[in-house]
Formats: sequence, C-alpha cells, structure tokens
Amino acid sequence: MVDIANRQEKAAAAPETAERLPGWVITLASIAVVVILWEIFGRRVNPVFGSYPSAIAQAFWELAITGQLWLALYDSLRPFLLGYALAILIGVPLGLLIGGFRVAEAALGIYVTAGYAMPLVALVPLLILWLGLGFAVKVAIVFLMALFPICINTWLGVVAVPKTLIEVGKSFVAPDIVILRRIVLPATLPYIMAGIRLAVGRAVVAMVIAEFFTTISGLGAVIINSANNFDTATMFVPIILLMLMAVGLNWLIGYVERIVAPWQAEIAGRDRE
Amino acid sequence: MGEVTFLEVSKRFSLRVDGEVHHVQALDRVSFTVNDGEIVALIGPSGCGKTTALRVAMGLDPSTGGRVTVDGREVNGCGYDRGMVFQHAELLPWLSALQNVMFGLEMKGVRGAPLHETAEKYLHLVGLKDSQNRRPHQLSGGMKQRVGIARALAIDPKVLLMDEPFGALDAQTRETLQAELLDIHARTGKTILFVTHDLDEAVLIADRIVIMKNGRVQEIMNVPLKRPRPDLGLVRGTPEFAATRYKVWRAIYDGAALH
Repeated sequence: MVDIANRQEKAAAAPETAERLPGWVITLASIAVVVILWEIFGRRVNPVFGSYPSAIAQAFWELAITGQLWLALYDSLRPFLLGYALAILIGVPLGLLIGGFRVAEAALGIYVTAGYAMPLVALVPLLILWLGLGFAVKVAIVFLMALFPICINTWLGVVAVPKTLIEVGKSFVAPDIVILRRIVLPATLPYIMAGIRLAVGRAVVAMVIAEFFTTISGLGAVIINSANNFDTATMFVPIILLMLMAVGLNWLIGYVERIVAPWQAEIAGRDRE
Repeated sequence: MGEVTFLEVSKRFSLRVDGEVHHVQALDRVSFTVNDGEIVALIGPSGCGKTTALRVAMGLDPSTGGRVTVDGREVNGCGYDRGMVFQHAELLPWLSALQNVMFGLEMKGVRGAPLHETAEKYLHLVGLKDSQNRRPHQLSGGMKQRVGIARALAIDPKVLLMDEPFGALDAQTRETLQAELLDIHARTGKTILFVTHDLDEAVLIADRIVIMKNGRVQEIMNVPLKRPRPDLGLVRGTPEFAATRYKVWRAIYDGAALH
C-alpha cells in the first residue's frame, strides 16, 4: 500500500515541475527558436524578397538614431489612441444598451452585426470625401474598426449574465438602471475586456490602412517608402514595431483587467502566477 | 407581523415543443396560509410547482389567477417585506461577503454608518464575522448560503422565502445549517416559507408541511414536534419524527401511485 501511495505521489509530482516553469521563460524560448530559424533561412533569400532578424535590427538602429522612427510612431499613435479610446467610450455603453434592453437589441443590433462585417477598406474613399485626408479621417477609420468587436463582446456579455443574478437585484427592488450598473456591468467586465483586447489588433490594422490610403504618414509611410526602395529590411521595422506594440497593449489590458476584475482570474484559478 | 396567504393562486405557462404550443398548469388554485412566525415547508416531487409558488410569493413571477397577500397586502412584484434566499446563494462574485449583505441594504436606501453596522450584525448572526472580507469563491458552499441568509435577513423582511436553500450542500453542512436556521428563527421570530425535496429537512424544521402534486395542494400536515428544537439529533430519535416522516412519505408516494 505504502509503495503504491509513494509511486502515485511521484507520478503526481512529475507534471507539477513542468507546470512550474514560468510562462515567460517558455515564451522567450519560443521567440529565440523562431528568430534563430528566421536568421538561418532568411539569409539564403534575396534581400529584396525577404529579410532576416540581424538586418532588421540594423535597419531599426539606423531609423532609431535619426529619430525618424519615433516621429513616425508619434504620428501614428495620435489617431490610433484617439480612435481606439473613442471606440471603447462608445462601444461599451452601446453594447450594454443593446444587450440590456429588448427594444434596443431589436432596433440597433442588426447594424452592429452588419457593421462588424463592413468592408471598411472599400469605404475609405467615401470617408475621405466626408472628412478629408488628415487627422480626422484616420481617427474615424481606427474608430470604426475597433468599435464593433468591443460593442458585440459587451452585448454578448450582457446576454450571458445569469438570470438569477439579475433576480437578486429584482428581489431587492433595484430599478433597471441600478441592476445594469451594479450587476450587469461588473458581470460583463470580463467580456468587455476581451472585446477591448480583440479590438487592439483591428485598430492597428486600421491605423496602417488609414496611413496607406489617406495622407501617407507615420509608420505606414515608412513601410511604403522603404518598400518602394526595395529596402525590405527597413520595411519590416515598423511592421515588427506595430506587432510589439499590439503585444504590449494586450499585456497592459490584461494587467488592467486583473485590477478592475480581480475576481475573474481568482475564480478561474489564474491568480497564482 | 408576517402572514402569507395564498388565495386560489394559479399559474399557466405556454411552451412551444416541436411547433406545438403546450400549456402547463404549474399552479392550480393553490390556497394555504403561513401564520406569523411560523415555518412552513413546501414539498413534493420535482415539477409539482413548489418553486413556482415561492417565486410567485416573492413577486419574481406573476400569477395568472388568484393572489398572494402578505399581512393582507397583495403581492405585486418584489418588496422589502419579503427576503429571498436563493438555491445556490447567488452572491455577487465581485463583492466581499460583507458587501454582498450591504447590497440589499443599499437598495433599501440604508446609508452611512447603519449600512456597515447592520451588515456586520447579520453576518455575525450567521457566524461569519471573521470571513466578512472574503469574496464568494473564497467561501465554502455552506458559508455562501450563510451570507445569502444574512443578505435576506438584513433588510428586516417580514417573511423569509427560501428556495431549496440547503439542497446543494453536503449532508453534514446541511445539518449544521438546518440547526442554525432554527436558531436564527428562534432569535428573530421571522415567518419562513421554504421549498425542499428533503423529507427529513421538512419534518425537522417546519411547523407545517404543504405537500404539492401536479400544481395542487395535496395535503397540509402538522408537525407534532415542539419548539424550540435545539438538538436536531435528538429530534431525529423521537417516535413523532419517525411517524411524521412516514406520513409525509406515504402522502407523497401514494399520491404518485394514483397517477
């Protein structure tokens, strides 16, 4: 009996140590493998058709010391952050409204569902006619791309709130608006945060689209100019910077989520890391 | 005061099953009274309408006929004269135990120092003084339901309505909470109407048992056990407990055999 118990303990302990390896170590190892493979195979390719990490790093350095990269980043970030913030500011209340009230869902839900699938690129020329070629149209493009995932996720979150939690509010004679604020909103927070995360990627794509099709500016301009010069390594610099930015924003949102909705991670058992 | 009267209460549901509309008579002219300070158990097989009756009394579901009154006032929606204890406690997961109890009080308009003091007082009553800052997932099932009871009691309702409050708990916790409920009843004198499917629980706790079947009241039975019942273990050993339990069992299963 003792022997069996011991063996079971050992068997249970083995996967435990594998799980103890911190997540960031695994991530770093994965990145190292990809970068090394890319370096090895990228060097064999004609530099017009492809590039490799050390060449990109060198191009990054050159763009960075001239300050060109940071000016471009600043140019890109302004419409990006404004459009993204507006999408959160409008998308969340709109989603709460649509999810919370039957009439709003019937009246507005269809526009949101359709809007999510809207081929925004096709509408850019029209947006230019309305808003010009400058800052406003870029904000509008980012806003329109980021709005719908935030709104739809919030809406789905409201619909998923357990009926019994709402009945708790009703049993204490809470008015609808109080139930929405004190019960539905906190219960929906994890969905809202997921929507805000999904919107990061779309907002980044929208920003580059805006810089390609309206006034060529910011990081989009760096991409276009270097591509036109067949300078593939330089072209990759803003692309990788944008991807890093999206990863960083995602992490930041996750951090904010753990502050505003700590119970969610605790319930899922993710609070020990 | 806290007298609940069901007067010819009926409730019909319509369901669509494979394109056909089915009518379900969940409650069929249900009449009975829960006297002030009394504990009444609603028992019966699942689907007999016992939970529906409780929800109608709470005002969560409207009846389609008849009426429920509390101290003569007709129930029309939820009110602070009734406090509901839900089957799975249904605490708000983002609030601490104390904040969950405060929630009902805040809804009732209690503010400032009394808000905090009252919530603490009722958490103390259910024996959770030391766990008041824990969030629901850091509480055991029994502790959660204690918070649920404290939350309902804190608004000082005339009647406590409980929907299978201990049904999801393990046997030991259930017995502890049954004893605590009787203790709370002895201290507060609240009228209690509770739904259960547990024969022992009905006999141990209730003064009278309403046996339901197919949406109707089949029988109302007195429990000939004296109050207070400080030791439920001793109560279980009495011949009155065994005899009453057997009578309720017969009533439920004979009723079932008729159909």
